[in-house]
Order: sequence, then C-alpha cells, then structure tokens
Amino acid sequence: MSRTFLGMPGTVSMMGYSGKETFPENAAKAVRNSQLRFNLRKATGTIRGRRASVVGELPDWPDLRQAGKAIKDHTLRNLDTYLVRLEEAVTKAGGHVHWARDAAEANRIVTDLVKATGETQVVKVKSMATQEIGLNEALHAEGITAYETDLAELIVQLGDDWPSHILVPAIHRNRSEIREIFVRHMSEWGRPAPERLTDEPAALAEAARLHLRERFLATKVAISGANFMVAETGTLVVLESEGNGRMCLTLPETLISVVGIEKLVPTWRDLEVFLQLLPRSSTGERMNPYTSMWTGATEGQEFHLVLLDNGRTGVLADDLGRQALRCIRCSACLNVCPVYERSGGHAYGSVYPGPIGAILTPQLRGMGSELDRSLPYASSLCGACYEVCPVAIDIPSVLIELRGRSRHPVAERAGMAAAGWVFKRQGRLARAQRMGGRMRRLVPKRLPGPLGGWTDTRDLPAIPKESFRDWWNRTDGGAR
Amino acid sequence: MRVALFITCVNDTLFPDTGKAVVTLLRRLGVDVDFPEAQTCCGQMHLNTGYRAEGVRLADRFVTVFRGYDAVVVPSGSCGAMVREQYPRLADGGAFPGAVAEAVADTVPHVYDLSEFLVDVLGVTDVGAYFPHRVTYHPTCHSLRGLRLGDRPRRLLEQVRGLELVPLAGAEECCGFGGTFAVKNPDISAAMCGDKVRNVLDTGAEVLCAADNSCLMHIGGTLTRQKAGVRVMHLAEILASTEPGDAREREESR
Repeated sequence: MSRTFLGMPGTVSMMGYSGKETFPENAAKAVRNSQLRFNLRKATGTIRGRRASVVGELPDWPDLRQAGKAIKDHTLRNLDTYLVRLEEAVTKAGGHVHWARDAAEANRIVTDLVKATGETQVVKVKSMATQEIGLNEALHAEGITAYETDLAELIVQLGDDWPSHILVPAIHRNRSEIREIFVRHMSEWGRPAPERLTDEPAALAEAARLHLRERFLATKVAISGANFMVAETGTLVVLESEGNGRMCLTLPETLISVVGIEKLVPTWRDLEVFLQLLPRSSTGERMNPYTSMWTGATEGQEFHLVLLDNGRTGVLADDLGRQALRCIRCSACLNVCPVYERSGGHAYGSVYPGPIGAILTPQLRGMGSELDRSLPYASSLCGACYEVCPVAIDIPSVLIELRGRSRHPVAERAGMAAAGWVFKRQGRLARAQRMGGRMRRLVPKRLPGPLGGWTDTRDLPAIPKESFRDWWNRTDGGAR
Repeated sequence: MRVALFITCVNDTLFPDTGKAVVTLLRRLGVDVDFPEAQTCCGQMHLNTGYRAEGVRLADRFVTVFRGYDAVVVPSGSCGAMVREQYPRLADGGAFPGAVAEAVADTVPHVYDLSEFLVDVLGVTDVGAYFPHRVTYHPTCHSLRGLRLGDRPRRLLEQVRGLELVPLAGAEECCGFGGTFAVKNPDISAAMCGDKVRNVLDTGAEVLCAADNSCLMHIGGTLTRQKAGVRVMHLAEILASTEPGDAREREESR
C-alpha cells in the first residue's frame, strides 16, 4: 500500500514568512519574548482549564467523540456524493455554488463577485479558509478593502499583525497592548477609539462595538466561512461568541461564503454531535452564544458559496494523513500543547499553527521549504493533542508518518545509519559500549554541532564503566 | 513462567543500575528473569525521527528475540509504548512480512512495563522496599498516555516504607525531552524543562522519580546544571532499595 501520495499541494498563506526560517529558529526567538510567554501561559492555561471542566461534566464525551470521528470519516469517504447533494440543495434554495480548485481560483471568484456588485468594501466574519487563501490581500490588490469584524481579528488587522491562534487570533496580545492598538490605529480604519480609553475588557469591547457598528450599517457585501455545511438541506452553520458574525450574515445585500470541502456533514441530525463537541472543546463553553444557520438566499439577499479544495483532495488520497480533514478547528490541541504554549502561533509560519497545523500545513502546502519540513518535528510526541481532540485525530502518528517522508540533514542521516549498524548485532553494541566506557573521562562537557543543543542547558549523564550486558555476563546475572 | 528483561539500549548503555535494580527486585519477589543477549534497541529513535525502514528492522529483531516469553518486562515507558502502540500500527500498515506480523501479534501482548508486571501479573503493590526520603513522581507522557500506567507507580511508591510521596504540580505536562526533539528544538525543550524543574523544586522533594530514564536524563541533566540539589531515580531503583539486612532476612524466611 502507498502512503506517499501527497496530491496537488495547495497554497496556504505564509503570513509574512519566507519559508526559510525553520520552526526551531522562529521558536528560539519566541521563547525569549517574555511578554508573549506571559500572555500565552495565561490564556492557554485559562482555556485549558475551562475545557477540562465542561468536557468532564459530560459522561458520554468518549461516545460523542467517537460519533464525531465516525460521521466525519463517513462523509470524507463519500465526499463526492455529499458535495453534489449540497450543491443541489443550495441551488434549490436560491444560492449560487462555485467550485475552486486552489487559492488563486477561489480569490478570483470572490473578487469577481464583489466587483460585480460595484462595491469596494466588504465586511468579514472570522474565517480560517479565507486566511488560508490570503483573500484579504487578493482583494486589496483589486482595490477592495476587507474589514475584519471578529474582535480578535480586528485587533490583528488594526495592529498590522498576523493571527497566532485558530480561535483566538490575538491570543499573543494582552489587554494593554490591545488598548494601544485601538488608540493608535482605529482612526486609520474608521471611527477612532473613544477618548481616555482604558484597558478594561468592557471598555475595549465598547470601543470595538462603536467602531464596527458603523461598518455593519454601511457595507453591502459580506464574506464568511462556515463551521459546518449540511448536505441534506444545504444549510451553512457559523458558531461565534460576539454576534458580529450574525451582523455580517444578515445585514449586507450580498453574502459570499468560502468553505473548505471537508466541512460537510450529511444530515441536519449530525449537527447534534458537533454542536456539543465544538463549543466545549473550543471556548470551553457548554454552548457558544451565537449559532447562525442559513439555507440558500433569504429574500432581498444574494448568496454565493465557494467550495474550496486547495490541496484537500490530495490529503484525502492519503491513507493516514486524511484524518487531518476531520478537524473542526476547535483549537483544543493548541491550547493543550506545551510546544505551542511556548512558541506561540507565528513560529509555525502558517494560518494553521499548533499540533493540527504541524500536520495540516505540510500536507496542504507540501514539504518543499525548510519551514514546512521542520513542522512535523515541532512536537515532543507527548500525545496531549490526541487526547483532547474531539474528533480523535491521532496527531502524533501523522507527525511520525510525515517525518518519515521528510528529507533529513546529512549529519543526522550518518548518525542514524551508524546507530542502525550498531544495533544490528549485539556484539557491535557491546563493543561500542566498552569503547564508551573506556573513553568516559574524555567526553567533553559541551558537545559539538547540533548535539550542542543538549549541552547548552543540560549536563550529560556520566557514562558507566560497565554496561548492563557486560555486568550480566561477568556476574552471571548477578548470581556471582 | 518464563520472564525476559528488555533492558532497552539507553538503560543498557547509560543506566545499568536500573537494570540491576529490576533484576534484584524481581528475584526478591521470586521471579527468575532471563536476559536474551541478542536484544539491542526497540527502534523508537529511528521510527520517531523519520527513519522508518531502520525502525521496522529493529522491531523485527525485537519480536524475533522476545517471542515465546510469557512476560517481557520493560523498565521504560517510551520503549514499552513503542512496542505496544507502534508495532501493531506498523503491522496494520503492512510494514512487516506475514511471519513477522504474526510474531508481532504473538509477542506484543506479553510486553509489560515494570509497574504493570508487578501490580497486574504478580499482584503486589508492597514489594518490601525501604526508602526513607521525600519523593515526587513524574508520570512521563508515554507511560501516562501511551501505556496508560495510571496509578500503578503511585500505588507501588505508597507502599515503600519510609518514603514520603509528595504531589507534583503540572505532573501530566511533558518535560520537553521527546527524544531527538530535545536536540532539534533545544529552545522549546529547555523552556518546557524549566517549568518542570520549577514544579519539582516547589515540592521540596529530595528525589524525582519516574519510570523512564530518558526523561530523567533530560530533567536530571537540567537539575545538575542548575546545581539544584535534587537527584533523579528510576522507579525500579527505589523499589529495589531495602533496609540494610532486609534482603538476607527475606532470603532466610523463604
């Protein structure tokens, strides 16, 4: 059987990274940023705790998790059937369906649709798919300004920054930094921040509300993604906390939704499972405040659905890697990951950071760059991500699989080959151990080359005079 | 019952005292243990670093060496998890020829972590140990989420005479070792270990115990670099410890 088919890679926005800086290099800078470390420790710790408590109160959580996995697997196996069913249902309900093979095609479709309205401004609901394809930049190049309306995305946009988390894109910012961003930059985009703005969460939220309200009332085109699409009914679903998404979904005259083809569920009934799994895993709430569902176009509104492949069918062709397509973008794996907590999201150089990003980005984008080859190694394989994943994506196994497909450094290959040679015969291992025992006093305190990464912060263990196997033979297993 | 010790290459080469402790402990409990000399490495380092073919070859060697034993005792959570979790997965993926896949299916169910062998197979939690020190226990990721050792190590430690077991904050969080991760991502690894060490020091313990010397090598190497004055010990070494005179008395009363 073949596990090497990677299919047509898509384009996943690099967010300002050249792809030359590897994850370890990016992370080395991040761990020295005390403000970032403080913000992430606090935020991930809080969400982690909330998730654990609301998941813990459901006795049937393991069953829900298995159901979520099973529904997604079934859908992915029959994606061709369900996508066509969805297209029929959406069309019947008055919507227009467009198919986009990659980022460029999706951006072109959306840009043309916006241009056709004659508008030069659009409001956006928080959406990972549109970040993945770099839609805002593509619109900007055509003279169209996209305004982010999710509070955290607004913070990122005003700060000319990149998102660092799937759910909480501004998780790397604390409230005093957010206040500064509002005071300095709100006026460049619209209504300025109120005078004497404090960093009280309520004051910051009010400032954002006033700023955004004008935008909602003035803008005629909205762009969204979706958390789920129901094939049976043609319904799209967005879960959110603020209500800003609902403003965008309902007020403008034209709504364009860009959605990855893996976001499907077959039936309305299936939502029962995911509307329990997602909020509890994501924000650590029993239910999110706003769940918007719409089917086709409502009266007086035009609705376009852009179905995005962008490398997904390639991932789908991969026996082991395809489980990454079950992802419902909850971020539980980011919040629990000890690596993410210390590196932050920017180090991953992709809109998809954290453990899921480490398996999704190299699969969607391919492993052509140094950065993408380093992503599967951005994990200690501690397994915490797999444990919290609401659709049971075995992230460690996929990481190991991707490592197997990676090109390895020459020195490492030589070291691994040497170790393999030694382990091939017990006599070789015994001789190597004896040599080590004789040279034990010659081992330097600082190791050379890449191994110096060990001795920079840790002492080496003392090499014993005698290996276990030599002891066993000398003493007849301790009997003598 | 034919019992074999899989010492693991790391213990064999760097931590022979752990192996000696396992032998001493099992003998004290009346178990005669074999050391099949053809054993070398389970293949974890190769497989987890992306050298699949070499990992598969070493897995093949492991099952050839250990097939037929009633129990294979492993004093290492991550090597145990490699055999128990990853070998069957490799077999399912068609990595082995038929005969080897059969050997995997035959051998893997007989592989036990030391604490599983003591608690589940021998049915003991009081192993007659004496260790008058304040100890804290780090569960290690692969012991916890791979092998699912649960509270077995804690139950064993609680029965050790003189031992004061103190809880470790953030115990379930990875120490940052992760095999070659520690060298490939040294900054993150060190940052993770820094937090682990802080939690260990906060317990006021004299000894940090775990069931995996690889993690202990990483945390212990950081502790000595910081001159922290806390030592690390494998669970087997604590369980093998007795009061002077204890072992002989037991021998005579048998």
